[in-house]
Amino acid sequence: MSGRALAAIISAGLSKFGKLEGLSSREIFLSAAKEAFDRCPNLNPKKDIKSLFIGQMSESSEHQGHTGALIADWLGLNPIPSVRLESACASSGAALRAGVQAIMSGLVETVMVGGVEKMTHLSTFDATEYLALSSDNFLEQWHGFTFPALFALIARAHMLKYKTREEQLAAVAVKNHKNGSKNPKAHIQKEITIEQALNSRIIASPLRLFDCSLISDGASCLILTKPEVAKRYTDEPVYIVGTGQASDTIGLYERDDLTSLNSIAMAAREAYRMADVGPDDLDVAEVHDCFTIAEIISYEMLGLCGKGEGGTFIESGQTEMDGKIPVNTSGGLKSKGHPVGATGTAQAYEIYLQLTGQAGKRQVEGAEIGLTQNLGGHGSTSIVHIFKRNI
Amino acid sequence: MEEIAFRRDERKEIYPTIENFYKFCGMGKLMAVRCSRCGRLVLPPRPMCPECYSTDLGWIQLSGRGRLETYSEVYVPPKNFASKSPYIIGIVRLAEGVALPGQIIVDRGEKAEVGMELRVDFESAPAEGWPQWPRYFFRPVDRK
Ligand SMILES: [Zn+2]
Repeated sequence: MSGRALAAIISAGLSKFGKLEGLSSREIFLSAAKEAFDRCPNLNPKKDIKSLFIGQMSESSEHQGHTGALIADWLGLNPIPSVRLESACASSGAALRAGVQAIMSGLVETVMVGGVEKMTHLSTFDATEYLALSSDNFLEQWHGFTFPALFALIARAHMLKYKTREEQLAAVAVKNHKNGSKNPKAHIQKEITIEQALNSRIIASPLRLFDCSLISDGASCLILTKPEVAKRYTDEPVYIVGTGQASDTIGLYERDDLTSLNSIAMAAREAYRMADVGPDDLDVAEVHDCFTIAEIISYEMLGLCGKGEGGTFIESGQTEMDGKIPVNTSGGLKSKGHPVGATGTAQAYEIYLQLTGQAGKRQVEGAEIGLTQNLGGHGSTSIVHIFKRNI
Repeated sequence: MEEIAFRRDERKEIYPTIENFYKFCGMGKLMAVRCSRCGRLVLPPRPMCPECYSTDLGWIQLSGRGRLETYSEVYVPPKNFASKSPYIIGIVRLAEGVALPGQIIVDRGEKAEVGMELRVDFESAPAEGWPQWPRYFFRPVDRK
């Protein structure tokens, strides 16, 4: 099936990301859905959408489970089947993949996939524990390991083995804030300086505040259909041509090499092969910068640069807006924000805008091929998708 | 010594579970299991070997000695660790080849260092909450 379209995106929606006071998950999701419905007048949601897949990491923040049924109801889409998928921060990446699989199976023609998370009302203690849920509770959380601390362990190992420097980590934050300053939906639309990043307080050494992504509220969604019928709905569909997913140990301590996130490489290999695309073919990518070190390792695992070269790669400027492969044009998790369950399909939303020329001030001219890389936990799940404007 | 109630299997052997691993910690022992079929050392213990799917795994005591592979000083702790912050956590590669995550407790003014030699030690069980497990932790060797 190399290089053929697996599914087509005919519309997409994104809520504002940030501290959305007074709004709960269901209302935030509706604002994303409304954009997707309005963007595609030829779509009759009640008639055309045959299944819903919603990513959300935890029901605990709002004491609201059964999110699949909840969203179907609030979208006025009953009685279509609807499920919530949970894979930590890769929950909506998993929802996207489930939607692609449903279409490929032939069971349904058109589906909605998306994700949502409500987090900003949590205290720092509660948010810390919420995010740590994605690691090994009995061995990691039980000993006081936080989520930033786990990535700090990875960062220190990478710095030691490859001479990666704090300035290189900070350069990721500076770049992503620069991009996010041009994104009207980003949580923090402000540029930062490298000095600000390097002087910010330590969260878990060697990681500082500006190495960490934001705790945000937000939702995102996509409408997918069978490639053969996409043009019935829109003149400018975006085709999904590769999907890959891989799992790794739930505990970081079980890995032989702490400087790699092998699940990314495994997921990417599957997606590249399916798409008949290589890293050099990409025009734009959204990668999972939950921490700055994660973006650096992502470059390496996706083959954008060699192993251990992620630090020099960010410094080379090749992932800037005007570089060879602009990465996180949306601002990434660092500046756009990271409502964990919404992140996977929010990445795909940005690629959809880029490939249809709708990314405004952050448009990569003539972008044809894009990639998203969504991470769950400290790499226990990785999901990669590849998108094409033309088939 | 106080009798510790381990969960046991149908052969009355101590079942290879996380809780039993921590119950051994309460006795001052760092234990792993070894698969009788393929020989794999499994830590933390699991009831089924992830390599060959055998359920015949026998407990063995580890030396408790190892080296620090990587570490972090945590300044934003979870609630249960708030009083200890900042504290050091790390991954320790044990002499037997397997690794464990844990707290690294150093003397005041002393720094953690990748490669430093560590030995395991044990806390007594916390009084409340679930799970009520005694934690292991690591200290530099040649110190109390
Ligand atoms: Zn075995």
